[in-house]
Amino acid sequence: MFGPLVAKPKSSRKNKTGSWRIDVKPKFLQKNCIACNMCVMICPENCISGKEKNTYKNDPDYCKGCGLCAFICPKKDIEMIPEGEK
Amino acid sequence: MPETKILYNPGHTACGGCGQAIAARLVIEAAGENTIIVNNTGCLEVFTTKYPESAWGVPFIHSLFENAGAVASGVESALKFLGKKEGTNVIAQAGDGGTADIGLQALSGMWERGHDILSVCYDNEAYMNTGIQRSGLTPFDSNTTTSPTGKESFGNPKMKKPVPEIARAHGIPYVATASVAFVRDLQNKVKKAISIKGPKYIQIHVPCPLGWRHEGAQTVTVARAAIETGLYPIFEYVNGELAGVQKIKPKPVEEYLKLQGRFKHLLKAPEQIKKIQEIADNNIKKYGLKLEA
Repeated sequence: MFGPLVAKPKSSRKNKTGSWRIDVKPKFLQKNCIACNMCVMICPENCISGKEKNTYKNDPDYCKGCGLCAFICPKKDIEMIPEGEK
Repeated sequence: MPETKILYNPGHTACGGCGQAIAARLVIEAAGENTIIVNNTGCLEVFTTKYPESAWGVPFIHSLFENAGAVASGVESALKFLGKKEGTNVIAQAGDGGTADIGLQALSGMWERGHDILSVCYDNEAYMNTGIQRSGLTPFDSNTTTSPTGKESFGNPKMKKPVPEIARAHGIPYVATASVAFVRDLQNKVKKAISIKGPKYIQIHVPCPLGWRHEGAQTVTVARAAIETGLYPIFEYVNGELAGVQKIKPKPVEEYLKLQGRFKHLLKAPEQIKKIQEIADNNIKKYGLKLEA
């Protein structure tokens, strides 16, 4: 392969990295949320979205289950639960 | 944010809990969509642009390990020639190896020539992409694959290279350090930097769960401990003058060391911990980090 290689912007979205999760996943309780946006800011995957209080949720297609959102949440409104539970 | 405006997309292949992945997103979101990124080789380039995919929603160029400074200079000069520089930010970013060792000559040239470019160093303190070899920014006594610990060795024998000081010596208008533990401070520094004309340098402390050997969920804990012990001073220099530091109530350095596998060997070597405490004390004195009660 010689010369410049060009990749389309945002094409990484076809990697569903959610399959990397092994034992835990975050559960957004949506009870005491104050919409501080910290979980969105700290997510290395950029897979958490939400605007209003108690509307934040993650995209399980991409979430790798690192647990930083649960750690950073000041209201403890995000829990890490075993994979497979609801 | 509507999907078309997402500048840093999921699906990249960083490890879970990667500090660099957090910092890279915060930087590009603070800089905004009118940004061109030039990247040195490194973990960041590999996990965001695994050919034929790209996680970026902005123009992104990767050429070689050593020349992000030179390529960014060219991009900036071309924009100026076309009259399109106004309102367009150019960011040259690299890991610590690409900044402090391999890419330093191109960066130094870029700073010296005074291009209007923000250089960002994601400091994860070793060559993590190729398997944790020591770099110029690896801290004292850290265990890496090229500075292994054993009977005769406590890990990396050299001190961290003072790259912010080197940048400051070039007389550039803005030099700062930041950390993923304080995300709003990081974004404010990026916004402030791009509002200033001329070369800027920001060094961001980004924990690497793989290389530092801690859990992914501890990334923020570790980054915070580095600041609170004084081992990673957070400061900014505007026009060569110290404009602000993050004040701390200094904690003993063990609080930071015990969190990570790469310093595990030190917990049985109090004389080495004393040396690291000295480094922290020097930082606290030099930058006036101590919070006066």
